[in-house]
Amino acid sequence: MATAETNVPAILEIADDCLILGHRLSEWCGHAPILEEEMALANMGLDLLGQARALYAHAGELEGKGRSEDDLAFLRRERDYVNCLLVERRNGDFAHTMLRQLYFAAFMQPFWREVAANSTDATLAGIAAKAEKEMAYHLRHAGEWVIRMGDGTDESARRMADAAIELHRYTGELFMASPARQKAIADGLLPDPESLRGEWDATIATVFAEAKLEMPEIRVMQKGGRDGNHGEDMGHLLAELQFMQRAYPGQTW
Amino acid sequence: MTDKHDLTPLWEVFIRPRNGLHHRHVGSLHASDSALALQAARDVYTRRGEGNSIWVCRSADIAASDPSFAEANFEPADDKIYRHPTFYDIPDEVGHM
Amino acid sequence: MYSQGLIGADSSTTESEEFLAAFQARIDREEKIEPNDPMPEGYRRTLVRQIGQHAHSEIVGMLPEGNWITRAPSLRRKIALLAKVQDEGGHGLYLYSAAETLGVSREQMTEELLSGKAKYSSIFNYPTPTWADIGAIGWLVDGAAIMNQIPLCRCSFGPYARAMIRVCKEESFHQRQGYEIMMTLARGSEEQKQMAQEALNRWWWPSLMMFGPHDSDSTHGDQSMKWKIKRFSNDELRQKFITATVPQAEYLGLTVPDPDLKWNEETKLYDHGEIDWAEFKAVVSGNGQMNRDRIRDRNKAWDDGAWVREAALVHAQKRADKQHIAREAAE
Repeated sequence: MATAETNVPAILEIADDCLILGHRLSEWCGHAPILEEEMALANMGLDLLGQARALYAHAGELEGKGRSEDDLAFLRRERDYVNCLLVERRNGDFAHTMLRQLYFAAFMQPFWREVAANSTDATLAGIAAKAEKEMAYHLRHAGEWVIRMGDGTDESARRMADAAIELHRYTGELFMASPARQKAIADGLLPDPESLRGEWDATIATVFAEAKLEMPEIRVMQKGGRDGNHGEDMGHLLAELQFMQRAYPGQTW
Repeated sequence: MTDKHDLTPLWEVFIRPRNGLHHRHVGSLHASDSALALQAARDVYTRRGEGNSIWVCRSADIAASDPSFAEANFEPADDKIYRHPTFYDIPDEVGHM
Repeated sequence: MYSQGLIGADSSTTESEEFLAAFQARIDREEKIEPNDPMPEGYRRTLVRQIGQHAHSEIVGMLPEGNWITRAPSLRRKIALLAKVQDEGGHGLYLYSAAETLGVSREQMTEELLSGKAKYSSIFNYPTPTWADIGAIGWLVDGAAIMNQIPLCRCSFGPYARAMIRVCKEESFHQRQGYEIMMTLARGSEEQKQMAQEALNRWWWPSLMMFGPHDSDSTHGDQSMKWKIKRFSNDELRQKFITATVPQAEYLGLTVPDPDLKWNEETKLYDHGEIDWAEFKAVVSGNGQMNRDRIRDRNKAWDDGAWVREAALVHAQKRADKQHIAREAAE
């Protein structure tokens, strides 16, 4: 069956994930710990922003109300952004940034693989085929760094462990399906995130083992992003992201 | 001041633009090990579709010929014209050879 | 992006007349000099200094534009700006590599930047208060840099010339990116036009200063020209830049903030007003609005990253030890 307007909210969830994480990575520009990593962080940010553009454009078309990629990216209220909490977490140190990237990429790479192979939406499948390769690289790059920091110096190991304790609690939301997501799953657009859990667990366990990192025991996973209930950092992120569009409404840039 | 021993090693990067061509030296970068050097080479030197294969090697591992010995090394080859096809006289009527 | 106006290079050299003459003969034959070739100490020192300053300029140059990545007004602009600033980082990297062929390490050069000992292009000590500054930097600052960098592709030192060829190829989109922003603003609302004009007012004179002091006041030019590190004088390049840029401003409907600017039918060049060299000297010597902020930001990134660099080195050592033990056990 054809993708319908009712699937727009599910597509926006993924688009917002890409936009917000891409934005976070772009905050590093000019401030990375190593010149070579400037290049890597910007590359990953560009990948995600590119994915966000394609997804917003698709969502806008499906919606049929004439909203452009920029309308969707810049002109919604905080409550209307439906990214998961993980991607909006502030950059913190390089350990936090790389672990956040690992968690996200370890989910998105198989996610896009399934979309590319099975989605009933040809446009989404096309976006996915490209995005899967990009996320495979993010997974590898972030994984290599998590291993080096986890099994590096005492300080780096401590910082990695802190990052794991802080961020692991936001990974549960990756596997939760909002009502919008359930509809998209039923329509054959997107895979059930729960079906990707085994692969994600295995990927993270492999990296953690090599990094000599302990898997934090988290009893309560945080959630709320898919309902528009964000953390305190989100408003600040949007204040920057939306600054020009809000300060000078209705102009072309 | 940086201790010499703490310097992140320098690597030379070679990229093959496409199959059928040689890997070609494109520049260098710093990385603590070969895996990161390969990833950095990808991020630094292939942002515009410059290639499909990367080699990296530690700059310190390259042995280079001595420029002060360049004349002894390379000039003796200059007058060995018998190594080139034009040295040999073959009549035109024999055709291309 | 960088332009000449090499600050404080000492090209004095102590080799024998015969050595210098032989070296000059190679230069005059347009032979490229490669890192292991014999070269006058002054040539090496000038290059280390110039390539280092050029590399630092790329790295510090990421900051004023980086100031707007998170606030870029559309996704298209955001991506273009991030890619552009990333390129600057890459160019810094290529240039550090070129300097490293002369036996100076990136760490040494970085320390000189962070301690304030090494200079970088003064243009980056101006702030970017509005989005239009991003347009003006791309158009004017990158435009000025290109004027300088294209001749550097023919620089006599091989690694520098090769790095510049790569840089120029990649930078070809940078100026267009900036001009497109200016064009959109100039065709936009009154507010946008004003924003564009104000940015042009802010960046015009500093861009002209990027070419360095007048030839009559420049002490290092002659030797650099003789060694073909530099191919054109400061004033020649500045004039070329003005000639190329004034019609572009006219096309935008913006006014170049120089009442004395006028076309000279005789020279076929624009005559321009007096450059405020006192301001130039103040900014070069550390008294620009952003000098302290730029160096503080670079120091912070470097200091905050120290544990990451150390962790990577320690991990690499652990791996090497493990492999070594495994090899010994197998023998």
